[in-house]
Amino acid sequence: MRVADRERRMTPPFGGVFVATSTVLDQAQVHRALTRISHEIIEKNRGLDNIVLVALQTGGAQVAEHIAQLLFEIEGVDVPTGTIDVALYRDDIGLRPVMPEAETTIPVDLTAKTVVLVDDVLFTGRTIRAALDALNDFGRPRAVQLAVVIDRGHRELPIRPDFVGKNLPTRREEVVDVNPEGVLLGVMRK
Amino acid sequence: MIRHLLELEELGVEGIQAILQLTDRFVEVGERAIPKVPALRGKTVANMFFEDSTRTRLSFDVAAKRLSADVLTFSASSSSLNKGESIRDSVETLEAMGINAIVVRHGSSGVPQQITRWVNEGISVINAGDGWHAHPTQGLLDAYTVCEHFRGPAGPAASLQGLHVGLVGDILHSRVARSDIQAYTALGATVTLIAPATLLPADISTWPVRVSQDLDQVLPTLDVLGLLRVQKERMVEGSIGSIREYIEEFSLTQRRVKLLSDTAVITHPGPVVRGVEVTGSVLDEYPRVLKNRQVSNGVAVRMAVLFLLLGSGAELA
Repeated sequence: MRVADRERRMTPPFGGVFVATSTVLDQAQVHRALTRISHEIIEKNRGLDNIVLVALQTGGAQVAEHIAQLLFEIEGVDVPTGTIDVALYRDDIGLRPVMPEAETTIPVDLTAKTVVLVDDVLFTGRTIRAALDALNDFGRPRAVQLAVVIDRGHRELPIRPDFVGKNLPTRREEVVDVNPEGVLLGVMRK
Repeated sequence: MIRHLLELEELGVEGIQAILQLTDRFVEVGERAIPKVPALRGKTVANMFFEDSTRTRLSFDVAAKRLSADVLTFSASSSSLNKGESIRDSVETLEAMGINAIVVRHGSSGVPQQITRWVNEGISVINAGDGWHAHPTQGLLDAYTVCEHFRGPAGPAASLQGLHVGLVGDILHSRVARSDIQAYTALGATVTLIAPATLLPADISTWPVRVSQDLDQVLPTLDVLGLLRVQKERMVEGSIGSIREYIEEFSLTQRRVKLLSDTAVITHPGPVVRGVEVTGSVLDEYPRVLKNRQVSNGVAVRMAVLFLLLGSGAELA
């Protein structure tokens, strides 16, 4: 079972099976969106000097790898890419699962770097809030930017993304699944 | 979901593996520039130590603080126990202050178990060593340290399959030995106990271990040599002929250490009594003594245990 599926089953409303109701983006569309995001990252930062990609565990990991690959293809630069698990920084500890396989690996000291946080879906913003706390323990970045494949709204904190693949209006109880084949919108059925 | 940690038996193999896997995460936290996370902010952990301890008490102390919990330290020697207060009343006092966990060490087996019957729901009891019975976090940290040395991070299915562990010393009085045996054998290692017959428990034949009285013969076959302290304070007069006789047959001397294979490691839970279970210079010169790594990993293991019981809301696998 994919880590994302396991995590989902352990997250409120707990259990059930993900049933897709529509396809939001197919594989090619995701690729195009991430290509655009990659160009935007380069444009906004006037190149890739001092850029570090940090993926949110677990959903951001494959997205960040994809972006790192695209950045390499566009600029010929290998951008340092790390992962961060924010389970220990959450304000809703106990409500969310701890995934022991979700490693934190930060390859460089983040002080004076521009960190691009990468996640699959931006929802309430609480994960990003926790990630901002966690990043502080690895140094003091010059700036932190946020790239997500899907912004689905319903923010509970004053957080906004810098780079968005697609803005997707959703109902709160719906579930967005970003997987290697594309993006699906669906619900959890018991 | 488990609420207390009293002994390793109640965890089973998967429970032990789950804790060791979680320990990987806290080892990583310990290596950060700021090795502290806010996971247990607002929780209070009380250390109740009715018996002397350096390592375990400080280790739980550091573990709780690195998780941002508050720590109360109750040490029996300077408490109202001296005025005649019972353990139960002391526990109830702590409880009334609003604590979330009690870490207990006591010289009598079963005290942590007894405390679980007194505290109300929402308080976790963690056994930090009771009498001769169990010292579960020591067993976990020893298994983790050996696993890390031979196989790297524990991962989801930590295994010590194929490793031969020898525990030398006072098995009879050792809670560390009992918890080590449970942790090592649960993960698939073979365990041999090496001790004079008088320092082995009477029911040893029912344990999942081999027994030997000949250290020289066993040493070359070992991957892990676990030294135990000879516990003079628990020793009933006459269980060994004399310390000198014990040293003659069971102490790890410069001569004996050469019998170990060139990949074997030495562990010691501390405190070390140099000159009894081991010659001082052996500990300083042998290249693969894991004693200090055990201490570092001890903090990570205890963070994993505290987090699992107090913070995560996660089920054990």
